[in-house]
Amino acid sequence: MATALAASRRRRRATAITHAILILGVILFALPLWIVLMGSTHDAATIGRGEVPLLPGAHAVENYAAAWTEGAARTTGVPVALMMWNSFVMAVLIAVGKIAISLLSAYAVVFFRFPFRMAAFWAIFITLMLPVEVRIFPTFKVVSDLGMVDTYAGLIVPLVASATATLLFRQFFLTIPDEFVEAAKIDGAGPLRFFWDVVLPLSRTNMAALFVILFVYGWNQYLWPLLVTTSTEVETVVIGIVKMIGSESNTDWNIVMATAVLALLPPVAVVLLMQRWFVKGLTDTEK
Amino acid sequence: MKRVIFRGQALPLLLLAPQLAVTFVFFFWPAGQAIWFSFLRQDAFGIRTQFVGFENFAELFADPLYIATIWNTVVFSVSVTALSMGVALLLAVLADRQIRGAQAYRTLLIWPYAVAPALAAVLWIFMFHPTIGLFGRMLNAAGVAWDYRLNGGQAMLVVILASAWKQVSYNFIFFLAGLQSIPRSVLEAASIDGARPARRFWTIVFPLLSPTTFFLLVVNLTYAFFDTFGIIDALTRGGPAKATETLIYRAYIDGRVNLDLGSSSAQSVVLMLAVIALTAIQFRFIERRVHY
Repeated sequence: MATALAASRRRRRATAITHAILILGVILFALPLWIVLMGSTHDAATIGRGEVPLLPGAHAVENYAAAWTEGAARTTGVPVALMMWNSFVMAVLIAVGKIAISLLSAYAVVFFRFPFRMAAFWAIFITLMLPVEVRIFPTFKVVSDLGMVDTYAGLIVPLVASATATLLFRQFFLTIPDEFVEAAKIDGAGPLRFFWDVVLPLSRTNMAALFVILFVYGWNQYLWPLLVTTSTEVETVVIGIVKMIGSESNTDWNIVMATAVLALLPPVAVVLLMQRWFVKGLTDTEK
Repeated sequence: MKRVIFRGQALPLLLLAPQLAVTFVFFFWPAGQAIWFSFLRQDAFGIRTQFVGFENFAELFADPLYIATIWNTVVFSVSVTALSMGVALLLAVLADRQIRGAQAYRTLLIWPYAVAPALAAVLWIFMFHPTIGLFGRMLNAAGVAWDYRLNGGQAMLVVILASAWKQVSYNFIFFLAGLQSIPRSVLEAASIDGARPARRFWTIVFPLLSPTTFFLLVVNLTYAFFDTFGIIDALTRGGPAKATETLIYRAYIDGRVNLDLGSSSAQSVVLMLAVIALTAIQFRFIERRVHY
């Protein structure tokens, strides 16, 4: 009896400690976000004085409105609305583009036999070893030779190849039973028909999972847009906010904070709203 | 390998065309160029180009600044990996317990995954900036001469913290998935045998997690090598006095800012070898796990 009581007390204490550490972790992760969130509701002077407000202020509307329509007027002067639009276009087109061309190539590799099939597969696969970081200068040169500097195409097309997405779809297609293909053939359906009516609907979950990962990937690109954009017309919000803090002496920190909140809202929302697919996509693609 | 397939040769090639075109134009061609340029040297005006063999590499590794950058990269990558994996493992083990609100904790811990590295750096400015940052001000008020813009060691500390902060959620998701795949019966058996939680963790859970740990080790090193570019660029620009300059940051500065074609390409080749090594390690591991 006494030992059972002691055990239950011990268990309760362990649970309390578990909660305490987890809450500490959550706070540690949320703190930077909380600071920007609160800071974005105060005026420039308060933050400039270094008060670091931890409670909401009265200037939320004007800060967000100023950021949205004018940006950091004293430094870059690019409206955040424009930057958000650029980031959005980039993220969506990269995600959709990667999914589309990877679906097609995985389909070709799995459901056909043709010369150089494995060579093509390895060519795609090996790009895993060539991230943009290891070919900075020459890739920039190719893009500039093609006249794609400062265009959406330059931002998006070079990033649209995807070894991981191709691998994932290939894995998945291999699990589609042969009987499906046989049945389709008997019914007289050609490869394109089969792709459209059978393979595509079956791949929906995988596509959703990949979309979450790739949208975040596209939205968060930094080095590549830094290389290929010089004009503010195609500037993404992640690049834009770093430019805003370029010259510290006359930075409008309240605007920077509002921009930070706006910039992390879309990818965080996508991850949280599509949490189930996100976790699936992450653990599937990286295996 | 599929047994039932469609006939045709032109169609599959057509389906592959977009992917292969992008791969060749934007991956193989530039990578080839990087290798070729790494053996060349241009004069100051970019008019004459000369084949110099391995001279660019020799010069690179004779440069004490480059050696210092390699050392920086090692310190930075190992610290980020150890810190983010350690914290993630602790949180994952706790969140895996049968407690109330486990799902809420999970949601509240995974969102930093979605924050761009460069944006994570901006968030951390408001934590550690000496005049407008929460902790930066506290430290200065407490008498510590805190300014990561002037002190190299402090700068390194801040980029490590920001980089690890961003990566914890990723590791957390994988550790949690790994923990959940451990059969409950094994743990219950140990529990009945009287093994305390700490002992259960080190003798059963940790060894069973080793495939996940190993996989994450490679991923985190790759992340610290390459994806932290945005964090370093936004927080310190490699400074002060190159204290936070990593290999990738220097390759960028030499190629894009200093326009030193030969040296930047040689650095790209060095980085390529690093990625190939990391990928090779990862594949050896995947092969091993298949036999598990």
